[in-house]
Amino acid sequence: MKQNRIGHWIAIILGSLYFVVPLIGTFEFSLRKLRGVYSFEAYRVVLGDPAFQASFLYSVGLACLTIIIGLLLIVPTAYWVQLRLKRLQPFVEFVTLLPLVVPAIVLVFGYLRLYNSSSWLPLTATARGTDILLTFGYVTLALPYMYRSVETGLKSIDVRTLTEAAESLGAGPATILVRIILPNIRSAILSGAFLTFAIVIGEFTFASLLNRPAFGPYLQLIGANRAYEPAALTIMSFAITWACMGIIQVVSRNRAAMRK
Amino acid sequence: MSFIDIRNLKKSFGTNTVVHDFSLSIEKGEFVSFLGPSGCGKTTILRMIAGFELASSGSITIGGKDVTYLPPAKRNVGMVFQAYALFPNLTVAENIGFGLKIAGASQSDINTRVSEMLDMIKLPHLKDRYPYQMSGGQQQRVALARAIAVRPQVLLLDEPLSALDAKIRVSLREEIRALQRQLGITTVFVTHDQEEALSISDRIVVMYEGRANQVGAPFEIYNNPKTRFVASFVGTLNIFEAKITDRARGAVSIDGQTVVTSRDLGDLGNGDTATVALRPEAVRLGTPVEGRNSLAGTIGEVAFLGAVIRIEVKLGESVVSLDIFNDPGLHLPKIGDQATVVFKPEDVLVIDPT
Repeated sequence: MKQNRIGHWIAIILGSLYFVVPLIGTFEFSLRKLRGVYSFEAYRVVLGDPAFQASFLYSVGLACLTIIIGLLLIVPTAYWVQLRLKRLQPFVEFVTLLPLVVPAIVLVFGYLRLYNSSSWLPLTATARGTDILLTFGYVTLALPYMYRSVETGLKSIDVRTLTEAAESLGAGPATILVRIILPNIRSAILSGAFLTFAIVIGEFTFASLLNRPAFGPYLQLIGANRAYEPAALTIMSFAITWACMGIIQVVSRNRAAMRK
Repeated sequence: MSFIDIRNLKKSFGTNTVVHDFSLSIEKGEFVSFLGPSGCGKTTILRMIAGFELASSGSITIGGKDVTYLPPAKRNVGMVFQAYALFPNLTVAENIGFGLKIAGASQSDINTRVSEMLDMIKLPHLKDRYPYQMSGGQQQRVALARAIAVRPQVLLLDEPLSALDAKIRVSLREEIRALQRQLGITTVFVTHDQEEALSISDRIVVMYEGRANQVGAPFEIYNNPKTRFVASFVGTLNIFEAKITDRARGAVSIDGQTVVTSRDLGDLGNGDTATVALRPEAVRLGTPVEGRNSLAGTIGEVAFLGAVIRIEVKLGESVVSLDIFNDPGLHLPKIGDQATVVFKPEDVLVIDPT
């Protein structure tokens, strides 16, 4: 029994080292920009770079837009599937999983064929059109995560009975969705939103091939041309992702405590 | 014209018909229970009255208005669910006031009505609590108040007591009945618990395989079950296949022993087989008495059930169960003892074999 526990600890320590040592190494390296002293100079340079600010804000804007469109599309769909179209559930789940099966590069080439400047819907002919295309691409990429989060939230409540209770009190579908369903799956929606945010912030393939100034291509550019700044950016990206995950945990825990 | 009029209602899911040609009239202020086993169609009918299921054919009118295909939100029908269905994100007061808010009532009207409702269910101190902070019984009281707050023309109760423990169930059913009488609200109650149905209903509809097997007052249903199903589902019953030996006298033979019934034997004649039944509480252990039936047998089982003791007497192939009230001074028979059971001719029920 004791030996077994030691084995567990060894596995945990080895696993942790596997993940933590490269991060510590990267962090340590990011502090070495000034010769002979540890400093946050690389971070200062990155944060002061107008291209960083522009690309980061661009990606944050797109992430917010992706979240809004994704929620508008997915919440009513998942709600309706749960409520009235249960037999379509396997099909809808299959569709939502497709973005995990079809590589991003295939998707973006498909988009370029369909929406190039000489097509019937020439979205790539203008920067705004390409932004719209990129946003819808991100909605597709985030679909498996967003749908699963929302679906899990809906499964944790009795959608049908709550809907019927509200209907018997005179409420229409929009009222039920906004006043009853959404508040009760808030943590699930936030989980989906933060996962989407993390995916969009670091996404490279779509933004690069559509030639948009997003944060992903900026990361790649810095990585190819600088020494210490990529390490600083890596640490910052991890920090953003962890912050998102931390917020998901806090929200989920508060919600779980409320349910008890 | 009755307040709720259900005519030739039918409901099918694909090829499976769960409600067959169901008709029922319910008077204003009446408390009607649908009683039956799982899958008998009782909840489906209730859901069609509420509008959650649409009838395949037939009609439902409430207060003279055809509501058969009206959406639930437009029927002004209050519903209480087995799983309470309180909105988890709203407090007790907000839950009760939800329907009024939807109806566009002013905040002061909502507050007044919510206070009335909270007083009615005797939970004014819990108005700021969330559903997860209350017991099942309290949640169901709030659900009841929420359904009544909007002054519905009909109150529908879908097994509202099934998820509660035994003591709460009894006290809440008494509260529901008292409230229903006080408010005079027409109520349809669905249950599979015969004791619940018998104790609170004006009328009971006993359902079986999508049809109403018998409709009547609790006393009528219990004492004069028309079918074998009703007889066996409502209360405990001894059922025998008896051969008619003298139709004029009402004499039948059970395991070679003659029993007389004062009930109508219908179209059956001498030599036919009748299904007859005896309630355990109508049978006594004793000695043969003039004018009463008696059957001789041996004691097969003695079971102590608390307030009553159930004794089984073997009569050859058949067994008759009888109940006697518990009494500490009682001398109980032993298994294998010779015994005679005695009962009145009017207690020998003749039922439809289906």
